[in-house]
Amino acid sequence: MAEEQKLFKVKIDGITVEVAPGTTILNAARQIGGDIVPPAMCYYSKLQGSGGKCRTCLVKVSKGSEADPRPMPKLVASCRTTVMDGMEVANITSPEVLEARKGVVEFLLLNHPLDCPVCDQAGECHLQDLGYEHGAEATRYEFKRRTFDKVDLGDKIQLHMTRCILCYRCVFTADQVAGNREHGVLGRGEHAEISTYLSKNLSSPFIGNVIDVCPVGALTDKTFRFKNRVWFLKPVNAHRDCDNPKCCGKTVLWMRGDEVFRVTARKDKYGEVEDFICDTCRFDKKEAKDWVIEGPRKIERQSVISANHYVGVNKPKDTLVEVLDGRQPKLLMDIHSISQVNRPNIDLSQIEGPAHSDDFNK
Amino acid sequence: MGRKLLFDKAHIENIRYYDVYRANGGYGSAEKALKSMTPDQVLDEVKKSGLRGRGGAGFPTGMKWSFIAKPEGVPRYLVCNADESEPGTFKDRYLMEFIPHLLIEGLLISSYTLGANTCYIYIRGEYAWIPDILEEAIADAKKNGWLGKNIMGSGFDLEIYVQRGAGAYICGEETALIESLEGKRGNPRIKPPFPAVKGLYDCPTVVNNVETLATVVPILRIGGEEYAKYGTGKSTGTKLISACGNINKPGVYEIEMNISVEEFIYSDEYCGGIANGKRLKACIPGGSSVPILPANLLLKTAKGEPRMMTYESLADGGFATGTMLGSGGFIVLDEDQCIVKNTLTFARFYHHESCGQCSPCREGTGWMERVLKNIENGKGKMSDIDLLWDIQRKIEGNTICPLGDAAAWPVAAAIRHFRDEFEWHVLHPEEAQKRNFGLAHYADPLEIAAPAAV
Repeated sequence: MAEEQKLFKVKIDGITVEVAPGTTILNAARQIGGDIVPPAMCYYSKLQGSGGKCRTCLVKVSKGSEADPRPMPKLVASCRTTVMDGMEVANITSPEVLEARKGVVEFLLLNHPLDCPVCDQAGECHLQDLGYEHGAEATRYEFKRRTFDKVDLGDKIQLHMTRCILCYRCVFTADQVAGNREHGVLGRGEHAEISTYLSKNLSSPFIGNVIDVCPVGALTDKTFRFKNRVWFLKPVNAHRDCDNPKCCGKTVLWMRGDEVFRVTARKDKYGEVEDFICDTCRFDKKEAKDWVIEGPRKIERQSVISANHYVGVNKPKDTLVEVLDGRQPKLLMDIHSISQVNRPNIDLSQIEGPAHSDDFNK
Repeated sequence: MGRKLLFDKAHIENIRYYDVYRANGGYGSAEKALKSMTPDQVLDEVKKSGLRGRGGAGFPTGMKWSFIAKPEGVPRYLVCNADESEPGTFKDRYLMEFIPHLLIEGLLISSYTLGANTCYIYIRGEYAWIPDILEEAIADAKKNGWLGKNIMGSGFDLEIYVQRGAGAYICGEETALIESLEGKRGNPRIKPPFPAVKGLYDCPTVVNNVETLATVVPILRIGGEEYAKYGTGKSTGTKLISACGNINKPGVYEIEMNISVEEFIYSDEYCGGIANGKRLKACIPGGSSVPILPANLLLKTAKGEPRMMTYESLADGGFATGTMLGSGGFIVLDEDQCIVKNTLTFARFYHHESCGQCSPCREGTGWMERVLKNIENGKGKMSDIDLLWDIQRKIEGNTICPLGDAAAWPVAAAIRHFRDEFEWHVLHPEEAQKRNFGLAHYADPLEIAAPAAV
């Protein structure tokens, strides 16, 4: 019989969870799930060595461990700090953490161009979500924002350095997934940038994954550039037999009607891909006949892609009758009897994924 | 005259050459260690001496050495941190330039204690001429049997290599230094694991400052217990102070840690008073990253006791009314100096030197510099002062390495103690371009709070 592994008891925001030794605080929090999971912009569970850089996942360790109950003097990056037995962590219950996180979001957005209206990542951007959840309404920065010279990475991948938050994920991806790194971080401090040293195309068969791991719109798909907004597309799970043995062939097609606008890997609720896909699947198979479509993809994050799902909404109280002293309002006409568009018999909340014209033709 | 341990023979002509150094008792401590002591006995002496790291943090060296992991079959490394880049600090430069054999002897003893057979001296790129001096000294030591295989018949092997950095402040941080030494980008690593477990090439590594390693030599010469009799309390021994700024005699001084700050600034043996008969306005006693103090708080603590040149006394009162000994870069400012401009200079430095790895430091240091530049150039607003305070608070403690703290502290301390000068800059922008705020009330005697009634 295998020796039973001793589990560590950790308390995060008052919720106890038992995890294996060596687990990080962030992963322990993900096992609990819900609001107490710290946001992570640079950590990526599938990339070794990632994390610790963006500082959005800072948490307070109010009790070090059972053996050494002293609190840690500084806030720690939960993605890189492993748990100890009896550790107590405060995330959203600590005002200090929320304050620090707000500061980090402000720093991340300081030089960000905020060009979301023309950014392809809008709608599935982690920085948008982070800014919405933890940021302030306005910046206090009054100076010219930093810009970079344009770097051409070839005909498949578009780099917008101004949007980059230097999470280093794409560097780790090129090292560990693509196996052939041709780009890296150049420069220091504010002038640090993702680039190839001599202007060069990125050309490894797995390099397209840098687009998926990028939390912001710094690396986007040139074959999809300006073609559509993600929230107008219908994501469906699909697969194909890929010749590349390292590619899983399981993807999400972003479709509108029968047209495939782009192909991405399948992402979980923390925005991390389930498995990496090769560039042939991503860039070259842009027709529905290339794929076996499995069914709609559920987008779990609270993004606009899954918006318009009117589930569990409380109907607001109609105060009109009250205001009119009990009289019923007189309708000029009943729109339902005239309009061809409005179909009250179709309940939008029952439709899986974004609504499509097919849903109304039943 | 204060007692000296490191510079006791510095006046001897040609002490930088092996023959003169050896003739004056050099390598005596190494001989003693290799021939008559075990590594554990040497470690014991260092522990007894109470030696604290001279690079800035003041962590007990003996304790740091005892943390090193000792797995079988894995080499251990000693790295000498000669990346002395803190503005105002230039003590290691003097030591390496004029008494290089003292450092090499210290490296030999320390490596023997730690069981390291390879030792690297990581020296900053701007010290372009010192690697030659060190390499000559290493060659001489090797020729005379102090380095190489089976040193002095003890069976201990040691090679010392000098590696030049490319001129980055961040590479003085121990993990960034290790990355740089491995040939990578000088980004600090995320701790843990600490270098004592996984350092250079993933092997156990100890990184120590030049002065710390050189101090091991006098410790072995006079014995740990005798060394601990120098200085005051937990600040044992002597410390090199590089004094600069508006003083009559700038330079590197070895002080015993039992003199007062006042004595250090005004006595003829050390700084010789403020230059040109001016008055003292402020001082940064430990290199650019420690908090600046106005004259009244520098000479006397908040309790009214005279401030001493020790780790504890300088830190008395915490950051509210105290500062730190740091690396010993003693910068003196007279009444003609502008604190806003001085703070801007430091902010510009930290902005330039931030590695860009983690967001608070990458974005925050540049922001602070720009806001300070506005205030200095007469474009500031009253709210900018509070904004600066808020920015520094959000950088401090939230970064991977201490560079974020080092960038935040000078700004915080300048606002804490010199807020009226900042306000004067904002309210009188035109006047501030023409003249300085002057000494104002910064040297007035402190109001000592009466002790609470019992």
